[in-house]
Amino acid sequence: MASEDVKLLGGWPSPYVMRPRIALNIKSVNYEFLEEKFGSKSDLLLKSNPVYKKIPVLIHGEKPICESLIIVEYVDEVWNSGHTILPSDPYDRAVARFWATYIDDKWFPGIRAISRADGEEAKKKAVEEVIAGLVLLEDAFIKCSKGKSFFGGDKIGYLDIALGCFLGWLRVTEKLGNFALLDESKTPNLFKWAEKFSSDDAVKDIMPQTDKLMEFAKVLMAKSKAS
Amino acid sequence: MAPEKELVQLIGFWGSPYVLSVRWALKLKGIEYEYHEENLLKKSPLLLQYNPVYKKVPVLLHNGKPLVESLMIIQYIDETWKQNPLQPQDPYERAKTLFWAKFAHEKCIAPMVSSFFKIGEEQEKCVKEACEHLRTLESALEEGKRFFGGETIGFVDIAAAWMGCWARIIEEILSVKLIDEEKMPRLIAWFSNVVEVPALKECMPPTQNLLEHNIKFRKFLVAAAERLQSVPLTGN
Repeated sequence: MASEDVKLLGGWPSPYVMRPRIALNIKSVNYEFLEEKFGSKSDLLLKSNPVYKKIPVLIHGEKPICESLIIVEYVDEVWNSGHTILPSDPYDRAVARFWATYIDDKWFPGIRAISRADGEEAKKKAVEEVIAGLVLLEDAFIKCSKGKSFFGGDKIGYLDIALGCFLGWLRVTEKLGNFALLDESKTPNLFKWAEKFSSDDAVKDIMPQTDKLMEFAKVLMAKSKAS
Repeated sequence: MAPEKELVQLIGFWGSPYVLSVRWALKLKGIEYEYHEENLLKKSPLLLQYNPVYKKVPVLLHNGKPLVESLMIIQYIDETWKQNPLQPQDPYERAKTLFWAKFAHEKCIAPMVSSFFKIGEEQEKCVKEACEHLRTLESALEEGKRFFGGETIGFVDIAAAWMGCWARIIEEILSVKLIDEEKMPRLIAWFSNVVEVPALKECMPPTQNLLEHNIKFRKFLVAAAERLQSVPLTGN
């Protein structure tokens, strides 16, 4: 199984692509990273993810696996080396999945809403919502970490990956708007966690640099204004 | 029965298909549970305590520990009670199952439900979106297979096959077309194969009751929207 061909279709700025990359790093799996060109979709992508036509897609042998969190679970189940990513207890697993879905469905869209907000009042409201979400996640961190460094305990786990992949974009949003979202006074545990997560071996080489991401964000904003 | 004392409670609403899918999972696993009916117009302190983020049903309590969101509850049930597995053992097959359950919920069911809350162009948009994705789901079903994954009932079946019944109710109340008999024969067969399973049929609320309830609900939604706009709304 480990000797089979492993490819990951992705793009460096995508937080969703970061998720399976972190998982593969934790498991020390050698894989080929196929970078999609921004603005176009390769034939391989369209063939392996015909439903959504989106990155990331993991191609294991001939088998395509889509949707970032589903890929993370798949990687965890297939490769037994490295620590386990999902909690072993079914209830803890359910809690981790709940917060990961909350992050995707409610929290991260809140970050995007900040840049799309029209006017000061709307922007302020959008920022408050993101911070309120972080306060919920701070509480979740305290419960899940049980005093340790990560949501997953001593080592990075599923929920660390689910949230941590957005740190780059969070920092860009803070810099562009000149405000703090991850506030040491409001969410001290998450604040500390963000540093530890970003410097973890499985993460540090693939976390995009904030400046590089900011340049990319500016290109994106210019393109969307033009269209 | 498990050796230690197991207390399983479900907080639900009789008309909720999400609650139904959890009841289906519990039924297929042979799990005994206490059911608490929730009044969604006046949510109980219990519901607000156990699901503070979304304040919705279903909520499953297992020995006092709350679980929310139907897909996650069903996964939890499958991982905790090993008899009659709902998900495949093979990791790739399991990934595909999760993919399609999520697709059914996010791309088919969500716009279908949204259409019920909307009027005019916005409603048309939701209906169009639902139909497009239903055609994709149709193509994911394999010809001649009784259930989504084969001959045994599984995760995608109980997570999503109830949508056939709710689609018909929405069609009738809104006078829209969601299920195309010509283009979606496999979906129609699949819906029927799942809900006709005796254990699952037992749990289904009577269609007439669902229809009456949703007619009232739609009238309430339209009246509320009219009050906001201060003009009568045309259409359904």
